Amino acid sequence: MSIILKNISKTFGDFHALKNINIEFQSGELTALLGPSGSGKTTLLRIVAGLEEADRGANADILFDSQTVTSSPVNRRQVGFVFQHYALFRHMTVFENIAFGLRVKPRDQRPSKQDIKDKVNELLRLVQLENMAGRYPSQLSGGQRQRIALARALAIEPKVLLLDEPFGALDAQVRAELRRWLRKLHDTLHVTSIFVTHDQEEALEVADRIVVMNHGAIEQIGTPNEVFHRPATEFVMQFLGDVNVFHGRIESDSAIFNETVPLIEGQENTARLLVRPHDLTIQSTPGKGPALPAKVYRVLTAGPIVKVELIDRHNRLIQVHLSHDNYNQTMLKLHEEVYLVPRESRVYANNDAWTGAYVI
Amino acid sequence: MSFRFKESSVLPGFGLSLGYTLLYLGLIVLLPLSALVVKSSELGFGGFFRTILDPRVLASFKLTFGASLAAAAVNVVFGTIVAWFLVRIRFPGKRVIDAIVDLPFALPTAVSGIALAMLYSPNGKLGIFLQSIGIKVAFTQLGITVALIFIGLPFVIRTVQPALEEMDRELEEAASSLGASRTQTLTKVILPLLMPPIITGFTLAFARAVGEYGSVIFIAGNMPMKTEITSLLIITKLEQYDYAGATAIAVAMLVVSLALILLINLFQSWSGKHLVR
Amino acid sequence: MFINILKSTDKRPGLNPPLIVNMAITVIALGFLFMFVIMPLIIVLKEAFSAGLSLWWASITEKDALSALRLTLLVAAIAVPVNLVFGLAASWALAKFRFKGKSLIITLIDLPFAVSPVVSGLIYVLLFGLHGWLGPWLAQHDIQIIFAVPGIVLATIFVTFPFIARELIPLMSEQGTDEEQAALSLGASGWQTFRRVTLPNIKWGLMYGIILCNARAMGEFGAVSVVSGHIRGETNTLPLQVEVLYNEYNFVAAFAVASLLAGLALVTLVLKSIVEWKTKHG
Repeated sequence: MSIILKNISKTFGDFHALKNINIEFQSGELTALLGPSGSGKTTLLRIVAGLEEADRGANADILFDSQTVTSSPVNRRQVGFVFQHYALFRHMTVFENIAFGLRVKPRDQRPSKQDIKDKVNELLRLVQLENMAGRYPSQLSGGQRQRIALARALAIEPKVLLLDEPFGALDAQVRAELRRWLRKLHDTLHVTSIFVTHDQEEALEVADRIVVMNHGAIEQIGTPNEVFHRPATEFVMQFLGDVNVFHGRIESDSAIFNETVPLIEGQENTARLLVRPHDLTIQSTPGKGPALPAKVYRVLTAGPIVKVELIDRHNRLIQVHLSHDNYNQTMLKLHEEVYLVPRESRVYANNDAWTGAYVI
Repeated sequence: MSFRFKESSVLPGFGLSLGYTLLYLGLIVLLPLSALVVKSSELGFGGFFRTILDPRVLASFKLTFGASLAAAAVNVVFGTIVAWFLVRIRFPGKRVIDAIVDLPFALPTAVSGIALAMLYSPNGKLGIFLQSIGIKVAFTQLGITVALIFIGLPFVIRTVQPALEEMDRELEEAASSLGASRTQTLTKVILPLLMPPIITGFTLAFARAVGEYGSVIFIAGNMPMKTEITSLLIITKLEQYDYAGATAIAVAMLVVSLALILLINLFQSWSGKHLVR
Repeated sequence: MFINILKSTDKRPGLNPPLIVNMAITVIALGFLFMFVIMPLIIVLKEAFSAGLSLWWASITEKDALSALRLTLLVAAIAVPVNLVFGLAASWALAKFRFKGKSLIITLIDLPFAVSPVVSGLIYVLLFGLHGWLGPWLAQHDIQIIFAVPGIVLATIFVTFPFIARELIPLMSEQGTDEEQAALSLGASGWQTFRRVTLPNIKWGLMYGIILCNARAMGEFGAVSVVSGHIRGETNTLPLQVEVLYNEYNFVAAFAVASLLAGLALVTLVLKSIVEWKTKHG
């Protein structure tokens, strides 16, 4: 089922949580809402579920398969919602938790006892917790609770599955495991799913599409590849992955990053040069294009990649990531002066991408 | 492995403070209470049961426990509603209302006793009105129940209120997203989760009502066999210098009270097993 | 602010009952509280002043009433500090150390709450009364406890026994011993640690316990009634004086004295609210 949000805004008092959001979620896709805390991603998810009401605007609308659901309450929307802290009913066993959505159906739609039993057992198999039916939530681990919460949401055969930071409360190892599992599950079920996360790695690894949000607005919508390799805005570039930031200014028709003049907050014509650590090449000579002289300060070789920290003439700390092979070829020495050449970089002036020349 | 009474600690004063605690506890609480046990044993097994199975005593038990049960039940219903009001509904001056709930704890029982008697007497403010619709409260078992409702009123409210405050609203959202109506969410999720505090509040109100004296005697009329509560009967026996008889009745009452406390603890530890978050 | 009346405290959609249900809940809750709590309070004040301020004043300054007031203050002035010292000692031993049999002691401290007021009085009669264990010996030495002030004090100490201790034990357990250990490691003596670290941490809990203990000590009726003997001007506390006057059909005087106790109750509620607020908001 596809979901279309039109002109959705939400204010809490003076705070604009969402500013005129327009977006379409494709049927059968797994979409990640990615952003820092306070970016409005959870609010957006809750509005889709009907747990929160959007501000009433003239053109505001929520469509499930081109049917408006704006005025239908959460218990009529048939959405499966998975909460960050699971929200399992602690007075019910695992079995009763999963059966809940079936048992509260109106009498004429309620499945028979046997059907409920079969359905719950099927879901328990799906989440690989067949033996836990009689347990209470307090007797399960965090990862198991989250899988039960998912099974419970799936029991009502939701048109759309909504997950609010589903792995946020789990430790790193369980997180990684559940991440892969969720992707596999989605590939078998193909139910339209939206999940909220602040973890870029999680979004990049699991989602078909990523919606990057900041300050209640959408920064970019795209596949993991698109948002990572072709960030539409400075925010997206900074939020997804490590990045070296150089502050400078625009002078006539080029961006200048080689001055020591201290920048003043709010100053006009400011510019920022963004280069990912793995997009910098270390050379012993400057070459033709822009190159930044810097001194090797520290080298960290323990790990899958080599992290080199350098300091340039303006005392700026710069990170470069190299493969071990590359590092061995360059034969860097501490305090050696080298030149850094960006293979790929982006310059932003004020709030827009800058396509002109720059001096580093 | 040798037996260790106490884990080692760098903090001083353990011997002194524990010694003082035990001495004081022994002198003020345990010694007098043991007098109760010894005195009742003077009667012997047969005498003990003859005393507490006397029709007048039995009638007082029936009245005391019956009225206490009724009052606690009324408090469960209205206490839960008041707790809901205090937690879930916006209302001006709620802090004052919240504070006034504790009045039955703070008001000396003799004062509440004469106030209730005056209020419900045949020519009292509420008495006149109730009389006109054929309900007699003062000097009846109903009057005793009214007094017991008053003194037990804060218990259910004060146990349910924090539970309702701390209840995770996500649980209600979850129920709702799974298709439950508001009524279904209330009966299948909220009330079952409130059950432990409700039962605790009920038991506390009941235990308090069983032993209540001051707020009841003024409104009760104190007719033997009809409106004579157990506490009053104990005093009557004492005034007749029937120490052993008074003690026997007191022991019977105490046993029930202690059994109740045990029941609360058992219930709480049982429900605590899977109801912890 | 005003338009929010009767609305649910949480505004999320789909969770809250319609306004009409909130209205019904409010009416039932307020009606119940009015009938059972507010009305009795109003009647006390109304009856107390029904014959005018001067008669009220005369009633509470009457000789026996004043002596009852003095006795009530005396009893509280003994019972509260005694239970305060006990509460501090017990909570120090039970909350700051781990040893076997601790939970048994905590249960025993709660025991007086399980004993009904009349029985609380009775046990002291059995111990010190003329026909009690120590009665004959006391009579020989001309010491009177039952039907005298010492009996009233003892019965009051018994019924107010757990108040301060049971307030402090959970509070101090929760706070643990880290701060005390830090103080000791910085060279403080045991007493300095208690006075400068432990006591400031528990001050609001302590206040709370004292307020409740004092209210009960001044208002106790059943237990005191058994051991007092109701001798006017000598062994009547304020609550007993209320009973005596009421049974003599001297309603104005009874309610005048009762209004003093109702005032005490209201002061207690206000102090309790303040302490609760302070605890919540630091």
